[in-house]
This record gives sequence, structure tokens and C-alpha cells, in this order.
Amino acid sequence: MFDQFDPAEDKMLQVIDNNGKVISKELMPDLSDEEMVKLYKEMLFVRTLDFMIVSYQRQGRVYTYPPNIGQEAIGVAAGAVLRHEDWLVPAFREMGAWLAKGVTMKEIFMFNMGFEEGLKFTEANHILPFSVPIASQLIHGAGIGYAIKYQKKDEVAMAFVGDGGTSEGDFHEALNFAGVWKVPVIFVIQNNQYAISVPVKMQTASINLAVKSVAYGIRGLKVDGNDIFAMLAAFRYAHEYARKEQQAVLIEAVTYRKGAHTTSDDPTKYRTTDEEKEWDKKDPLRRMKLFLEKKKLWSDAEEERVTEEYKKEIDRQFMETEETVQYPLEDALKYTYAEMPQDLRDQQIEHEKFLQWKNARK
Amino acid sequence: MKAMNIVNAVNDALDIKLTEDKNVVVYGEDAGFEGGVFRVTEGLQKKHGVERVFDSPLAESGIAGTAVGMAAAGLRPVIEMQFCGFIYPAFNQIISHITRMHNRSRGNYKMSIVIRLPYGGGINALEHHSESMEAIFAHIPGLKVVVPSTPHDAKGLLISAIESDDPVLFLEPKRIYRAIKQEVSEEKFSVPIGKAKVLSQGTDVTVVAYGAMIREVQKAMVMAKEAGYSVELIDLRTIYPLDKETISASVKKTGRIVFVGEEPRSFGVGSEIMALANEEAFLHLEAPPKRVAAFDVIVPYPRGEHHYMITPDKIFYEIERTIKF
Repeated sequence: MFDQFDPAEDKMLQVIDNNGKVISKELMPDLSDEEMVKLYKEMLFVRTLDFMIVSYQRQGRVYTYPPNIGQEAIGVAAGAVLRHEDWLVPAFREMGAWLAKGVTMKEIFMFNMGFEEGLKFTEANHILPFSVPIASQLIHGAGIGYAIKYQKKDEVAMAFVGDGGTSEGDFHEALNFAGVWKVPVIFVIQNNQYAISVPVKMQTASINLAVKSVAYGIRGLKVDGNDIFAMLAAFRYAHEYARKEQQAVLIEAVTYRKGAHTTSDDPTKYRTTDEEKEWDKKDPLRRMKLFLEKKKLWSDAEEERVTEEYKKEIDRQFMETEETVQYPLEDALKYTYAEMPQDLRDQQIEHEKFLQWKNARK
Repeated sequence: MKAMNIVNAVNDALDIKLTEDKNVVVYGEDAGFEGGVFRVTEGLQKKHGVERVFDSPLAESGIAGTAVGMAAAGLRPVIEMQFCGFIYPAFNQIISHITRMHNRSRGNYKMSIVIRLPYGGGINALEHHSESMEAIFAHIPGLKVVVPSTPHDAKGLLISAIESDDPVLFLEPKRIYRAIKQEVSEEKFSVPIGKAKVLSQGTDVTVVAYGAMIREVQKAMVMAKEAGYSVELIDLRTIYPLDKETISASVKKTGRIVFVGEEPRSFGVGSEIMALANEEAFLHLEAPPKRVAAFDVIVPYPRGEHHYMITPDKIFYEIERTIKF
């Protein structure tokens, strides 16, 4: 597969076209009808959840939020490939993968409501918290890869970054360390065309982003990130390769951030509606839906019914979260150190004396 | 017991932890095959294997960042930054992840990472090889900052640092790497993080110092003794968390305090010691707390470094001024 889609020749792995028609039958991943519907429903769930969180943000019930809309296929395909024991090193826009790893909706809500508690991921195995400093988390992926190899475990780490992140030094250090150490890490670039307002052509003079793998002696693959079958095929292949060969892989998933960078951003300022319309045709849900409809596996009626169910459940859990969360003073202080220094304890005691005084004045 | 200098003591501590804990790995630039530019890790790769003691690519952010991943996966990496002035590319990983992952994951991931950092001046080195910027790191929530001044403490503190569930910046005073030999137990022992040590009892003035400055203060104390002054010397050993109890008890006893450090004076470790003396022992003070520290400048190149370094006679001069105030 790596030779067939050599990034140096700027080839891109695709399985279905914009109308959901299979164009590379031999690359179609082995999936039952039920599995296909499940994948679609997972993308639909991510889109619905995403939409709901944006609306909660507009209502002032959560803080700044980076939407996933348009990029659902990548996270969902990653989630379908990662096993319980595999590691996920997220950036912050791969919700399908978080959910598959076991991150709960309530945790996602808590995080967006402003509680670190949402990053505890109590029910998920081997996932790091979301990472804001761009590309810095990729190096953690390389370190996890070293630990996997050192401990002789049958695990793979998958680490995410955006197109803008490929300009950071840490992107290059991560690929270099993983290449030199020969560790099972899949680096995934979600190339959604923009780093906030800056287009990808202003990040690099390379013909694509996957080709950067060549310099680090690892294999690379450019994939249609809006084609869930292509993403699944690429991830399955890369996962097997990373495990068996104990080597790192770089995957560029070509996609489009249909929404804003975050709820604080206004993309109409830096891109045209013509461009947006062009990418609407490549929407990952639309393409898979057309595919499923042709196979009579999905319908508008089904979509409407399922979406309503999702919305009800999402809203129920959101309201439950709103009612139960609290942030006592202790939570702000007790996690900075595993072993809390006496001086910090003294600071807490001093502050509590103030609080007592304050309460007595009321 | 065996005669050891600080280089031997650090090597011995690493050897003991590598032997007893398979999760300990040691790496950095030249830290593997060659044993580091100061030969601190010499022989460890041969004894423990290339998977456990190794050379990394020449990239400090990569070294610090991979340690985050390793610690998350249950290892206890001990990483070496070759010189104090080379740590800055790793600063983002230290301040954004190493010191935050425990808090961010609500205790899910412990960052048992030791960053070894040869620091300090007085060795006629090139630029970037002589600085003493520990205050920058002591200011970061989530980090513990340790600095031994003797072979015994170097060994015991490093063992504590490796066993700590919090990340530790372990400063090694390279000026005295081989200057002091001491009989040190070959057995495993630890020196607790967060505990200062009173090296000499005295009644006239408290002097607080750490690392390579301890030896300079001890030279000044010979002059002080001749002049009839009784100096109490405290070796901080840990910068953060600061042992406030030991310092304030001493200042309450002597009524005077002089801090000695080779760091730039403003907003430094010394500033924190001054604040502590004022906050905790104000009514006991007989003289203003005094900092003897370096200028707020870049460490001069070797021919000018003597203008910068803190010397015993300068320390004595300030001790006397404080006592006579």
C-alpha cells in the first residue's frame, strides 16, 4: 500500500467517490453490512454531539469549543482500529476516537464546562488528555512507543496533529525519534486545510504533508480523510505494519474543517463560500450515506429517527452533568503534585482562614 | 564506605536504581555509549544494556517530551540535559506537560521523571555553559527542584528524586563535580526532598546557600571565624519545596540572614529567601536581610567571569556588614 500510494508522487488513497460509488474495490475494507451501518451511525453521533455542544456554547452553558464537523470519518475510523490496549494521544479534534476508547459524553461535557475532571477518562484505557500546545503531544507518542517496545508489549500508539502542527519543531522531533528508535507509532495529520485562518500552503513548500515521512526514514500515506473506507483501510494497514515491523508511520488525512476553528472563530473572514460548497460535496457523512442508500442499508427516515434519539440522550446526559458538577477549592490544589508540598498546604490553610472570615461577615 | 566525588555519587545512585527497578531508563545526548560529556553515566550502558542507558537524537524537546510518554506508560525516565544553557528547547515540554500531566489527568498519569542538569559557572566555559537559572524552574507549579552540594547528598537526593512520583529537576553543580571527595556508603540510602541541612551552627548570622556556593561560603567562614563572628550555614539542598521551618528557626535564633547564590539577583531564589525572612521572622531581625548574588547580566565569557562570580571575600564583606549593621 505504501508503494502504491507513494506520497512523493502525491497519490491519495480513496475507496469511494463523492457520490458514494466504489472506485477502488480491491481496497474496500472487509466489513459486514452491520459494521458499515455502525460506522455511519458513529459518525452521525459525533456530528450530532458536536452540533449540540456548539448550541450549548451559544447558550452560554459551555466554554470555547473546537467543532469536529467535516472531519468525523478520521476519528471514527481511528476508533474502529484502536484496541483496548492501544494508546491514543489526542490533539483536540478527534471525538470519534475518544468515544471509541471509552471517554464518556459526561467527561466531554465536563471538560467543556471547565472542569479538569473531564480529562480523567475513568472508563478509558491508554488515552492521554487532550493537548493544546500544538504538536507537543506527538513526542509523547514517540515516548509511549519506546515504552511499548521496551516492555515488549503488543500495543500501538496513535498520535494526532493538525496541518499547522507540521510546522512546529516538535512534529519533526517526534517523527525523528520514532524513526530512529523504530517504535510502533502512527502519527496522524488531520489536514483540514487551515490552522485557524492560515491555509496549508502557507505552512509548507512540500507537495503534501505525508511526504515529510521520507526525511525521517518512515513510511507515509496520504489518504482521503473524508472517505471512511479509505481511512479504515489505511489505519488497518498502518496498525498491522506498526505492530509487526515495529516501525512508525505518518498518515495525512485530507479533510476540511467545515465549522470554525473554535466557537470564538469566524471562518467567513478568511475563506469563500465557493470553497465551502466545493467541500460540501466531499462531506464524509454525505458520501457514506449515498453509499449505504444504494445498498438499501440506510434511509432519511432512519436518519431522522436515530438523530432524534441521539439528541434526547445527549441532552439528558448534559443536564445531568450540569446538575452534578462542582469544583471545591481542594480540587484546584490537590493535583498539581502527587505529593503535596507543605508550603502548598499552608497556602490552603491561610486561604481557608480568609474564607472563614469572609463567611462570618455575611 | 567508599571515597566518592559528586560524579561517582550520581553514577552510583543511577546504578543502584537501574539495578533494582526495571522501569528506570537513562538517556540523553552522549549519555549512553560515552557516558556523558562529564562521564557521569560512564559504564552504565555496558552494565545495564543499550535499551536502558542510551544516546538520544540531539533534541532537548524530544528528550523531555518522550519522557512524558514513557512516564505515562509506567517507566521512570532519568534524562540528561547536557548543559544548563541547553535546556531551553525543552522548556515547553517541562512547563506545558511534565509539570501538568498529573493535574490535567486528575492524577491518572504520574510524571516520575528526573531531569539531570549540570549547572553553574566558574569553569571557564563557552557561552550557555555557565548559567544558574534555577529560579525560573522553581517558579513552575508541579516541579520539584533539588541541588546537592556534597557527594553524599548527591547520591541520596538522586535516589529520592528517581523514586518521587513528581517530576524533579536535579541540578548538578558541575564546578564541584570532582572537587570534593567524601566517604559515601555503597549501600542504598536516600536524602529527603524538601529538607535543608544546617551545616554549621552559629549565633551571629544565618547564611543560606546551595550547590557550588556552599564551598565558597565555607571559605568565607574561615575569615569570619578569624574576625570573631559565629556563622550558621544552611545548605538548602532543595529549592522547591523550600524548607521554611529550618530557615525561619535559624533566623529567629541569629536575627540576621545573608543569602549567597550565583544566580542573577533579581527575582531569584534569594528573593524568595528574603521574603521568607521578612514574613516569618520580622520581629527577630537585627539587620536587613541581604542577598549576595550575581549581577543581572548574562554570565561573561571566561576572561570576564571573575567580575561575575561570587567570591569568599565578597561573602565575608557582606556577612560583616550585616553583623555590624
